[in-house]
Amino acid sequence: MSEIADLPTRKDEAWRYSRVERLQGVPLDQWRTIDVAAGESFRDTLVVADGEATKPTELHRWRVTVGEGATCELFAVLASAEFARLEIEVVLKKGAHFELGGIAVGGRETVREFVTHMTHAEPEATSNQVVRAVHWGHGTGNFLGRIDVVRDAQKTDAAQDFKGLLLEKGASVNAVPQLEIFADDVKCAHGASVGQLDENARFYMAARGVSPELTQRLLAQAFLGDALVNLDNEALRDELMDVALAKVDRNL
Amino acid sequence: MLEIENLTAEIDGKTILNGLTLTVPAGEVHAIMGPNGAGKSTLSYVLGGRPGYEVTGGSVRFNGEDLLDMEPHERAAAGLFLGFQYPVEIPGVSNVQFLREALNSQRKARGEEPLTGGEFLKLAKEKSALLKLDPEMLKRHVNVGFSGGEKKRAEMVQMGILDPKFAVLDETDSGLDIDALRVVGEGINSIMRAPDKAVLLITHYQRLLEVVKPDKVSILSQGRIVQTGGPELAVRLEEEGYDAVMAA
Repeated sequence: MSEIADLPTRKDEAWRYSRVERLQGVPLDQWRTIDVAAGESFRDTLVVADGEATKPTELHRWRVTVGEGATCELFAVLASAEFARLEIEVVLKKGAHFELGGIAVGGRETVREFVTHMTHAEPEATSNQVVRAVHWGHGTGNFLGRIDVVRDAQKTDAAQDFKGLLLEKGASVNAVPQLEIFADDVKCAHGASVGQLDENARFYMAARGVSPELTQRLLAQAFLGDALVNLDNEALRDELMDVALAKVDRNL
Repeated sequence: MLEIENLTAEIDGKTILNGLTLTVPAGEVHAIMGPNGAGKSTLSYVLGGRPGYEVTGGSVRFNGEDLLDMEPHERAAAGLFLGFQYPVEIPGVSNVQFLREALNSQRKARGEEPLTGGEFLKLAKEKSALLKLDPEMLKRHVNVGFSGGEKKRAEMVQMGILDPKFAVLDETDSGLDIDALRVVGEGINSIMRAPDKAVLLITHYQRLLEVVKPDKVSILSQGRIVQTGGPELAVRLEEEGYDAVMAA
């Protein structure tokens, strides 16, 4: 009983658009810890793709500390599971950089979400988050992005950018940017938008002989590509994009 | 090659084409001129199959087949090319990728083997040179950051690569300076002047017609062809204006 009582509900802002009913039996207190030591560079990827290892609920909770002058880059593709959520809490030390490139794709009744919380705890740190979501059917993509800049964290440069592309009526995205800034000499940029495939581009491509299916793939690729622009490993970039596009192709 | 008969079409319930009849045989360059709002761009979009342009009557046969029954991408594969008055920008998709996918899609639809990457690049460079377009521009995203003139030249490079049977060119000369106009005009001649090809050239100005010499010139007004003649008709229009020529 106590386990059920401890489950978050949709009244909780951080779980408002989630499929909380999918959390039954999922350990909520398992956090992965990533500590990037001062001056070091760290990169990792998370790929939730179709396969036997993928569970109906994929909950990933990461706590990241980026040490002084260190860099941490995370790239994630959420392309499978009924409910997939990547939560990242980041604390940035002086002059540190954190980068997130996130891709969410899904149809049917699936929910994919990125929930991030940056804490610029010391001066001169930078963070950049680019998340792109493509949905169809009744698929939902969420981005909840919070940025805290503490009083001493002058010269902070933080950016978050979320865009959703809806291929069909019935799909949806939710964006909740939240900025709390207590320092006065900082740059914080955030943007969120949602749209459909560009009709002009679709007709232009059709007029050149490209089928509607291939047009959708090319336009989805162009849209999702933004999230991987800062990944400087081409093979890895292609690998992540292939996972996402394979899902878009099959429209499942 | 193209037989348009008594074509009527509307946008948002408003009739734009109003009983248009026109035949363009293989080997012919046919210029369409006409005042603003006559339906010139609508004609090109209806032929291309743009959504929102509803055909309410008449027929269009392309090499004997019912063109209006085909999807837009099927029309392209059948050999129809639509040169856009305002070429569309597609951020995130490179020209090379777009055109290779387009060409290979068309080839696949016709039961031909796809071109390899190397073969395609060779063809693309050759056609860029013909239109004096820096081949480096093909690596850039489709039409993004291109000037008006570069967009029109890029359209003609696309036409060269796709090698259509029939081209509908909608004000390809607009936005071009005099030198670019000559390059584009000569490009059209080089790519489309052949006994088994034909062109419908929609234009406002005589200048392009001095380079791409049309076999026939028709005046489109209020949604139908009101007059057809030889190249001298374009000269008269330039000198006297639509009202005077149509009233004569």
